[in-house]
Amino acid sequence: MKLHLKIWRQKTSTATGSYETHTVEADEHMSFLEMLDVLNEQLISEKKDPVAFEHDCREGICGACSMVIDGRPHGPQNGTTTCQLHMRAYKENDTITIEPFRVGAFPVVKDLVVERSSFDRIIQAGGYVSVNTGQAQDANATPIEGGIAAEAFDAATCIGCGACAAACPNGSAMLFTSAKVNHLAKLPQGQVEHKKRVQSMVAQMDKEGFGFCSNVKACEVECPKEISTENIAALNRAYISSMFTTSD
Amino acid sequence: MALENKVPPGPLSEKWTKYKSTMNLVAPNNKRRIEVIVVGTGLAGASAAATLGELGYQVKCFCFHDSPRRAHSIAAQGGINAAKNYQNDGDSVYRLFYDTIKGGDYRSREANVHRLAEASTEIIDQCVAQGVPFAREYGGLLANRSFGGVQVSRTFYARGQTGQQLLLGAYQALSRQIAKGTVKMYNRHEMLDLVKVDGKARGIIARNLLTGELERFAAHSVVLGTGGYGNVYYLSTNAMGSNVSAAWRAVRKGALMANPCFTQIHPTCIPVSGEYQSKLTLMSESLRNDGRVWVPKSVADAEAIQRGEKTALDIPEEDRDYYLERRYPAFGNLVPRDVASRAAKVACDEGKGVSKTGLAVYLDFASAIIRYGKSEALTTGISNPTEAKIKELGEEVVAKKYGNLFQMYEKITGENPYKMPMKIYPAVHYTMGGLWVDYNLETNVPGLFALGEANFSDHGANRLGASALMQGLADGYFVIPYTIGSFLANEIRTPAFSTDMPEFEQAENDVANRMEKIMNIQGDQSVESFHRRLGKIMWDHCGMSRNAEGLKEGRQKIRALREEFYRDVFVPGRADEFNPELEKALRVADFLEMGEVMILDALERNESCGGHFREEYKSEEGEAKRNDADYTHVSAWEWDDTNPILHKEALEFENVELKTRSYK
Repeated sequence: MKLHLKIWRQKTSTATGSYETHTVEADEHMSFLEMLDVLNEQLISEKKDPVAFEHDCREGICGACSMVIDGRPHGPQNGTTTCQLHMRAYKENDTITIEPFRVGAFPVVKDLVVERSSFDRIIQAGGYVSVNTGQAQDANATPIEGGIAAEAFDAATCIGCGACAAACPNGSAMLFTSAKVNHLAKLPQGQVEHKKRVQSMVAQMDKEGFGFCSNVKACEVECPKEISTENIAALNRAYISSMFTTSD
Repeated sequence: MALENKVPPGPLSEKWTKYKSTMNLVAPNNKRRIEVIVVGTGLAGASAAATLGELGYQVKCFCFHDSPRRAHSIAAQGGINAAKNYQNDGDSVYRLFYDTIKGGDYRSREANVHRLAEASTEIIDQCVAQGVPFAREYGGLLANRSFGGVQVSRTFYARGQTGQQLLLGAYQALSRQIAKGTVKMYNRHEMLDLVKVDGKARGIIARNLLTGELERFAAHSVVLGTGGYGNVYYLSTNAMGSNVSAAWRAVRKGALMANPCFTQIHPTCIPVSGEYQSKLTLMSESLRNDGRVWVPKSVADAEAIQRGEKTALDIPEEDRDYYLERRYPAFGNLVPRDVASRAAKVACDEGKGVSKTGLAVYLDFASAIIRYGKSEALTTGISNPTEAKIKELGEEVVAKKYGNLFQMYEKITGENPYKMPMKIYPAVHYTMGGLWVDYNLETNVPGLFALGEANFSDHGANRLGASALMQGLADGYFVIPYTIGSFLANEIRTPAFSTDMPEFEQAENDVANRMEKIMNIQGDQSVESFHRRLGKIMWDHCGMSRNAEGLKEGRQKIRALREEFYRDVFVPGRADEFNPELEKALRVADFLEMGEVMILDALERNESCGGHFREEYKSEEGEAKRNDADYTHVSAWEWDDTNPILHKEALEFENVELKTRSYK
């Protein structure tokens, strides 16, 4: 099928970007990124600069792919990363607009590639359990109710792609941050540091320049792992209570 | 060169404990002054960097991704083995050790494998303490499932995303050390050379991928956790960026590449759908707990399916050949990967494939759905359930166990696997070969260590399912933190190295020249097209089955392709800027050399074992036939532009008797 692409091109993080249009011949079984491979091979054969885009595992788990397709992070299908989107979602002569995630805390590197190390720094601020290697007790010493472990797992499936922040009109990282806070808070292992963790991760999120949450909930809709905004509500409760009850 | 494996003396089960308790240590005050470079942030690299940081070493850690969390360990699905024996089904450290040795077709080092089995239990404890949300039973205790090649349930899992959860655990441990300042993290930095000073590994040259700048980094020791080389085949389950370059650069600096022909072809992947395909997607081995593999008994039925005139549902039970259950009654659908892959190839070669291309077999969940449905109806007190109700209940149970995998399958193929059996075919998945290391995980270059998939040591000629995660974390959390002391204890008086030393300058110049050479070719063919052609050569000549003639031909083709690459590749842009095409070109250039060593090794190993199947060496039933008299050794290759040199390390089996591997 013939497709028309309107793609954001931007040489460097400081350069002014603009849209470029291209036509590609795609197959319905291709993934969206394989369609972009076709475009890049085309550009390279014309000795032009290929479109830079982030990708790696191409099976929906590494969180590298990061583009906005027709206004939606990761494209038109819910619960789907860009790499898992297949061209059978499109038809002959469709025009597709592709642009990078647009978030203040994710500066553009080139074309569709953005820098997301702000997420790493949020995790570094406390998104862990402080246990050195070798300090653990037997794994079955603390039973955890199956349902609780499953809820922790649901929050822990976040792939750190940043679609939540890209979908948010405020550029907020609340879904990302709250998913980690709640994953750990659900488990007895994460309880000890819970209050301190909430405060320091939220502080880091603000420091990175992410916006506030105003309950738009676009993040939940666009999250490829369908992480619930209930996590945000839980984070808010935990944050407020931690202000009155932390020991230091 | 004599390869000294440094396996400590004593009875097998006491070697590691005794060695650990008597080896040289580095005191805390000295650790603070000693620098270690860790390249790679997958399970092995991240766990090593975090643990070395905890111990007090000054760690510099590198990854080529935008974040350490993107390493390809994240995509591992099924689970991680550990000899916990929580199921009381007869498991033990010895049994895990034995299964791994046998599964590897008796081509791995006993002492390393036993240590791996010992460490396995500590890994689970550690990961649970970090908050890894493993699957649990109703009573709140950890759940297990079975993987191929074993008769116990020892695999711990977090739905079909075990690798993700374990990697996030290691990434979080690493993040904690980064915050504390014990680890300095360098994202988007790709190692392009190893720097040796007086014969010891003392640093690396890395390219800052954002700016294109070459940077020098010095340390007392260098640890590689850089994964395997499966992408030499172009199409594999590896991520697009997975590459052999760090390990290959070490080989170019004198390290040895061991058993490179041992590659794992995973039996259950989504089949290739077209020429444009960029990668293959795995369907976890855990699915073989409940899925039954079959093809039609008759070629006529298969051809009707290939033409689209029939579907799986049109083939009655008696006309189906559940060939794994038939050929291997003791292990059935859970035979090891190499065995299952070859059996699928045999079925398709007979013309019984079930897709348009004829290269697919069925993985069918219908009987599991009925079985679970009936049991669920009983436990929930539904008497006389209808068939539809049973199916509904059964599908719910299957969704709970494998939901994300079924969803992934449907997204990629557009077919609903609850209603129609999955179509699967083998694909390149893992490489058992890797840098030669001794018991300390140190290569033959002093001070250079290799962990996880990047080394060769634990899986022999075939890796069992759910053992890669185990090895990556064992090496990183529980082995290297001790064994690196064997080298560093002698370095406490060595001051920090300056990157102004001539060795660093020389290495940086070499890299710059290499890049300039590739940039200046300005030919007409894309890097991608060369990579695809290399993959085709490797798959055709050094894939699921190999023969001497084909291998010789393959070697010539690779050499010709390499020559063509250096004459006609086109890399756009500049070297001193963000340039993903240049990154790819440098990786493909290294694959073009690695592929040749794999072929040489496959040619030299005149036997069939594990994933290495030479058509000339098989039993009457078509099973792999080893040659223990001549090939009970590790083949370690030294690179040379014209004729790479083979070194051998004899494998001694003191505890396990070498037998013909049978899963019948």
